[in-house]
Amino acid sequence: MTQTDFIVLLPVLVLAGWALVLLLVDLFVPAGRKALTGWLALVGPAGAVLALTLWPNGGALTGFGGMLAADGFAVFLHLLFLGSAALIILLALTYLPRAGIERGEFYVLLLLTVSGMLLMAQAADLIVVFLALELLSIPLYILAGFARPRLSSEESAMKYFLLGAFASGFFVYGVALTYGAAGSTNLNAIVTAAQTGLVQGAAAAQALPVARSLLVAGAALILVGLGFKVAAVPFHMWTPDVYEGAPSVVTAFMSVGAKAGGFAALLRVFVTAFPGLAPQWASLLAILAALTMIVGNFAALRQGNIKRLLAYSSIAHAGYILMALPAAGSSFAAQSDYAVGSALFYLLAYALTTLGAWAVVMAVERQEGDGLALTDYAGLAARRPGLALAMALFMFSLTGLPPTAGFIAKFSLFRAAIDAGYLWLAIVGVLTSLVSAYYYLRVVVLMFMRPGAAQALARPTLDLAVGVTALATLLIGLLPGPLLDLAQRSVLTLTR
Amino acid sequence: MIPTSYYLALSAVLFAIGVTGVLTRRNAIIVFMSVELMLNSANLTFVAFARQFMDLSGQVFVFFVMVVAAAEVAVGLALIVAIFRSKQSISLDELNQLKG
Repeated sequence: MTQTDFIVLLPVLVLAGWALVLLLVDLFVPAGRKALTGWLALVGPAGAVLALTLWPNGGALTGFGGMLAADGFAVFLHLLFLGSAALIILLALTYLPRAGIERGEFYVLLLLTVSGMLLMAQAADLIVVFLALELLSIPLYILAGFARPRLSSEESAMKYFLLGAFASGFFVYGVALTYGAAGSTNLNAIVTAAQTGLVQGAAAAQALPVARSLLVAGAALILVGLGFKVAAVPFHMWTPDVYEGAPSVVTAFMSVGAKAGGFAALLRVFVTAFPGLAPQWASLLAILAALTMIVGNFAALRQGNIKRLLAYSSIAHAGYILMALPAAGSSFAAQSDYAVGSALFYLLAYALTTLGAWAVVMAVERQEGDGLALTDYAGLAARRPGLALAMALFMFSLTGLPPTAGFIAKFSLFRAAIDAGYLWLAIVGVLTSLVSAYYYLRVVVLMFMRPGAAQALARPTLDLAVGVTALATLLIGLLPGPLLDLAQRSVLTLTR
Repeated sequence: MIPTSYYLALSAVLFAIGVTGVLTRRNAIIVFMSVELMLNSANLTFVAFARQFMDLSGQVFVFFVMVVAAAEVAVGLALIVAIFRSKQSISLDELNQLKG
């Protein structure tokens, strides 16, 4: 391992290493004082951010023979994952004791799954993508069943596990076929193989022709595998059940971290490895995006449980982000970069808003599984005006109303789609956003205009998380320039 | 020498059996075995191509996949045991608390 390899892998090493240290330290923390483990866990993300500063500013490194990349794309996603992890730890500090599941392993598993996400954002080889996908997923399966022996949590974990493993089966088979077509699993070598029509890797000396149909089949199977992870229609069936049954703090992390991880892999694999196949996959992905938006938004209309509502909302948002992929398949580099940058910015806006909304859900949730109906929000504005105002802001941002981060994110994503010639897709996006206004604003109406006895917990760490996300959602909506630029610039080192 | 295409056909059949098993069987353990069959069909594909290309990396990938599959088995069986303790059954049809 050279020094460059070490620096490229350092954020992941710091996080995973700290998780293992924490596992040991947790043994000596008495039960009932597990909050200490939680506070210690915050050191992990902080250390990983410090490790990021060792990366060259604005440039790109590769490590381990081109298997890992350290570029702007990875930096942006790393900051997103580490920030979300820190917020989730803050939320867990109040949520776990109240749900009666305060165990130190929660923080260890959380840090491990985040290290998988970091690896996912850096992976420049399909085998690394697979390893990262599993490092991300396996701790999440356990976390989904963390409220054991509550049956709904176990059921959620089982469903998540079986469908996750099913999806990784598709993914590995796709990788195997791609390897067979291109002779290598390295993303850059796959591009070269597709362009020159010759198998790369050790077989290069024999000048074998690339079997294009194998490459298409491989890409399609990889798409199925990652489609399960990001909950795109028609691979979304597990989402509402799993989100409802898992402990709320885990669901919050799944809806942000696992989805952003899946999109990190989708964007990098399809933009860097399969641009030559864009004519085949672009129209397919456009149809998937449209279906995801339509099914997610219309199914959300009927939900009376806030967790299921947010689950369908997360499916719908996966559809909006998927819009960036056909646009990224454009043969004009500028349009392709703009689409990927918009997707990154959308992921950030979505992460902040969704985490905030879940924080409010956790404040209103009373006992495990109680206080989750939409009607439990009636009259919240009278009791807790600040919390209700923050929730209203999050709902506006999820709908895409100005002046919130969600508006800017949707605007730039729709623009990317229109620029790349997908006007119809942008129209579907706008129309389904209108539909989504109905169920998002219903929460606002319930909070502000209906009488009721809504109760909400007040704890400093919870209020801090709600405050930070609400402020960020509003500030990014008012002054989007710097972050939008950052997202766009971070892509420049990716596709070259 | 047996042509590579024979191995590929066999692995495609195995993969199809695995997918069918996951979709049609209702016993959690059998579903789980079908998933393993899918992973192993990918392994066979890797090894077949590695031999065709005379390239070691394809064989190394198989080890990665096997390690990951072992980790999945550990978690999956633990979940199955936990559910069996609560319900005295591992039929997926009885996992019906969550719906809407």
